[in-house]
Amino acid sequence: MLQRALHNLDRRLRTAGESAAAHPDWKDRAAAIRRETLLDLDGWLDRLEHSLVARGVHVHRASTPADARRVVVELAQARGARTVVKSKSMATEEIDLGNALEDAGLTSVETDLGEYIVQLAGERPSHMITPAIHKTLPQIRDVLAKEAGTDLAVDREALTAWARDRLRGEFLRADIGITGVNFAAADTGTLVLVTNEGNGRFCTTLPRVHIAVMPVEKVIPRLADAGILLPLLTTHATGQALSNYVTMISGPRRAGEVDGPDELHVVFLDNRRRTLLGTRYEEMLACIRCGACLNVCPVYRNVSGHAYDSVYSGPMGKVLTPLLSGGTEGADLPYGSTLCHACSDACPVKIPLGDMILALRADVPDPHSGARRRRRIFWTVWARAWSTPSGYRLTTALGRVSRGRVPGLQAWTSTRELPRPARESFRDRWAKEHA
Amino acid sequence: MPKVALFVTCVADQVFPDTAAATVRVLEAAGAEVVFPAAQTCCGQPAITAGEPAAAARLAHHHLDVFGALDAGEIDAIVAPSGSCTAMVCHHYPALLAERRTEAEALAARTFELTQYLVDVLGVVDIGARLDTTVTVHDACHGLRNLGLGHETRRLVEGAGATLVEMTEPDTCCGFGGVFSFGFPEVSTRLADSKLGHAAGTSARYLVSGDLACLMHLDGRRRKVGPGTVPQPIHIADLLASGLPPKR
Repeated sequence: MLQRALHNLDRRLRTAGESAAAHPDWKDRAAAIRRETLLDLDGWLDRLEHSLVARGVHVHRASTPADARRVVVELAQARGARTVVKSKSMATEEIDLGNALEDAGLTSVETDLGEYIVQLAGERPSHMITPAIHKTLPQIRDVLAKEAGTDLAVDREALTAWARDRLRGEFLRADIGITGVNFAAADTGTLVLVTNEGNGRFCTTLPRVHIAVMPVEKVIPRLADAGILLPLLTTHATGQALSNYVTMISGPRRAGEVDGPDELHVVFLDNRRRTLLGTRYEEMLACIRCGACLNVCPVYRNVSGHAYDSVYSGPMGKVLTPLLSGGTEGADLPYGSTLCHACSDACPVKIPLGDMILALRADVPDPHSGARRRRRIFWTVWARAWSTPSGYRLTTALGRVSRGRVPGLQAWTSTRELPRPARESFRDRWAKEHA
Repeated sequence: MPKVALFVTCVADQVFPDTAAATVRVLEAAGAEVVFPAAQTCCGQPAITAGEPAAAARLAHHHLDVFGALDAGEIDAIVAPSGSCTAMVCHHYPALLAERRTEAEALAARTFELTQYLVDVLGVVDIGARLDTTVTVHDACHGLRNLGLGHETRRLVEGAGATLVEMTEPDTCCGFGGVFSFGFPEVSTRLADSKLGHAAGTSARYLVSGDLACLMHLDGRRRKVGPGTVPQPIHIADLLASGLPPKR
């Protein structure tokens, strides 16, 4: 089911491959903008803060997820808020904000349809662009019907209409709207939000207070850069030349304006991102969360997002999860890759994901340190033996004598035959023929 | 006559010596003279994928010592019957051997995968092999994405007169992935089944690839679930050599 859904998505994306933003030059320009930003991330953040403050926006800096949760919860409590509507945001998933709000006694409602379904089901998104892609239509009907308390038809439009109606009420009664940020322009202090259902626009205009959680790498130097990055994001995320809604927010409602919140707060979320600057993983901060690497990953397509047991799944999740947790989470994820590099090829900002997954196998501290030590001993001995022709000859001769019957191969041989070493190696054959 | 040093790869040397011999025959049929540097062992790829770059670097130093010592005036190219091992040298060595980067880059510049050398360097698509059969191609990942290969195998297949039938997603991974096939055997096996299914859908006689590791994985699965079924996984060197006239 998942594979069919992803196949359909993939077909849409391939059709979009003819759009301008799929052109290699476009990717080069986008990659250059992202790297320019990373060269002076702190500088661009300072400029962004300056521009935001000048527009009457409150800026909060949070170094950990706990800091970010505290900022948001305290803002909500100080305003006597009871209900929060959320637009789809991986950053708020990352800091588990929904649960923090519920724990503080607030009602938090996801308003992206896929996120809403996942929230009602008590699950987490399985894909960062299409959060409920793992669910079939009848399953979605069951989730929504339970919430509705009545029977609903297994019908796409009817189910959407029911959710739309229900969510409209949530928007109208919410005290606070919470969103992520797709891009934030340092020169103008503009927050750019990409949505397809219009829920983002409700979240940012109806409630009295809008809080945007922004991972630090979302800053872009100039609003004009969005001209490159926006179509790139939507082309690689959903195959659209541009999403149905692109919202550009430049501060709270000013005198004489008819809509917009009274207050706008932006929370800069670091969560170890700045520690990646200057390391070989710095480029991971160029990621624009399009999901292209998930869609092409043979492993993701087979196991679905939940198998990663992590907010971020797929190839980018294999890299980001251990990095953002300092290795305490997802230490095994880099091994769950065939290293096929389809992700590196698909990435619109040219992050060498395959190479990073490989490098992380050595760099992530292993929670099972005993196993890591044994592994190191094995490969060190192997390297010593095989870095001399005589050691190679000796060990391969032993392999021939044992006919390849060495322990530890069951994981392979239970589903696949393993060929045995040849009776005569090529080098011996060559030596005989050329004696 | 171009002179080629055979970078045999440990897998071909120890497990598939016939494929190594076929590689020599194919290179000779294309007009090259082949030498075999006897001190070579393994490029170190297994260790780097296991997460042990220090161990891999030890092997890489040895490989660079052996092949880097070959006089550029004497040897025109270093050729391997594996996209993956070639990618180890061309894609990973310069970073892995940072203190010998210039040497590593020079080695990378004259190391080629077999089909890459034949088609892109020598410009040969017909080596004189004649094949009356049907073939589908699996694009092995490292050849495809680290080396940019793809059309070479297809042109050689057609150059030998065989009929090429493309499968669905020829560029999707077979699921091997070295340590991945041991660490995640279920997913790995499902990916092999998917690839074998796509290949079977073409009704081709052979499933050809340029990487013995992929072929070992796919054939290992095929022998487990359907021995004797087609298409039969085969290395491009073995396929081409089978169509060459008998050696004089």
